[in-house]
Amino acid sequence: MRRVVITGIGAVSALGVGVPALWEGLAAGRSGIRRVTVCDLDRLTDPIAAEVPSFDPAAYLSSDQLLILDRYAAFAMVAAEEAWSGSGVTLTEEERPRAGALIGTGMGGVTRQDECYRDMYDRGVTRTHPFTIPRIMYNAAASHISMKYRLEGPTLCISTACSSASHAIGEAAELVRSGRADLMVAGGADAPIAPGVVKAWEGMRVLAPAGDNPATACRPFSADRQGLVLGEGAGIVILEERERAMRRGAVIHAELSGYSATADAAHITAPGVESPSRAIRQALAQAGLNPEQIQYINAHGTATRLNDSTETTIIKRVFGDYARKVAISSTKSMHGHMMGASGAVELIATLMTIERGVVPPTANYRKPDPECDLDYVPNQAREMKVDAAISNSFAFGGLNAVLVVTRV
Amino acid sequence: MPEPDSLEQKVIELIAQKKRLPPESVTLDSTFVELGIDSLDGMDLLFTFEETFKLSIPDEVAQQMKSVRQVTEALRAALAANPQPSAN
Repeated sequence: MRRVVITGIGAVSALGVGVPALWEGLAAGRSGIRRVTVCDLDRLTDPIAAEVPSFDPAAYLSSDQLLILDRYAAFAMVAAEEAWSGSGVTLTEEERPRAGALIGTGMGGVTRQDECYRDMYDRGVTRTHPFTIPRIMYNAAASHISMKYRLEGPTLCISTACSSASHAIGEAAELVRSGRADLMVAGGADAPIAPGVVKAWEGMRVLAPAGDNPATACRPFSADRQGLVLGEGAGIVILEERERAMRRGAVIHAELSGYSATADAAHITAPGVESPSRAIRQALAQAGLNPEQIQYINAHGTATRLNDSTETTIIKRVFGDYARKVAISSTKSMHGHMMGASGAVELIATLMTIERGVVPPTANYRKPDPECDLDYVPNQAREMKVDAAISNSFAFGGLNAVLVVTRV
Repeated sequence: MPEPDSLEQKVIELIAQKKRLPPESVTLDSTFVELGIDSLDGMDLLFTFEETFKLSIPDEVAQQMKSVRQVTEALRAALAANPQPSAN
């Protein structure tokens, strides 16, 4: 049977550009959440977000690319380059049709879309730049990655809200497993910190207020949790068929040993229990693992009241008594809810626990909640050996994705 | 050489800027193909001309613009049809 390994990783997040900055922040329990600076604030209510700090796309991209790449796609290109160059991969002409890109996004080029609408409806501007459509389209990141690395095989975009990147990585792995591709660049990117989008999230009443110290606003699993914090960035991994990776002597970060996608088929925003539980069970089954073989769970952990108690119930249902022993954390407490990028950045955090022997904490954990009574690795990273771990993504729309990574 | 402030000079400047070419390599007789201007670059340039000269180029005229001279002729025609204060 064909197996899939991860041979390259790249990330752009509120903790900085690059996986080293991400991991350093996570291991230190440092929050990247602060007051919003990247968009106009005039009609917003003291917004906070996990912005990529002082991101200068010109430092990474040519002026031609800057003109045609929206913020989300720029994040994707920077993360893809880190993953690609780190993997050391090269492709022959014959291999190109068997290499592709599958990049998730929740909202695509919404930075430009929001500006365009604002120009039209608010500022009375009557024309818009001709690159508006190629910047907005949801497949922009996947297409630009395919162009840059000349990937001529299956190249697609998945948009499943907060699960986009996990579905993208999982489905890309299935393409490799089934033999339709040998190498996939997979992940997700989003840049949702635009006035119209932040306003829409305000309307849902799920955003954490700024408070005195925005860095502490996102408190997953804590009794005083108060909602999610929007984030932005990208996470990209290189997925390769295992034999191929071993033949070329690639550095293998971990095996992507299990994946499952399920739908609640019940409610457009409220999370279910049965279908996410089934997603975890199915992903573990594909990996050939029992629940007791998992040492770490990177939780969806949005810090909304409902998500965190429901996710706790889900973990108990699948893991039984062992649920109290498994280390669980929500790294969203530090990189925020990166929407369509979340699953990829969280998968990278998850596989790093295997590589580094350190589990990142749930930051800002203050007060136990009787409905969230498991080990959330509060506030301090923990040194421990991890051989197998899972990453959960449970999206609005009831669309769940679970990824399993194991030590090679 | 055209007058420094002439419309021709401004068009050449804008094209040279956008395509990062030395201005002396762009002449009135240069074609878009020679300058490496593809269809997407062409749209970007058209938008730049419309913004710079505060005018509107109809689609059927835009489709015929394949050289620097054709650009300047189209811009002159549009300016004559709808005179605007100079937008240097």
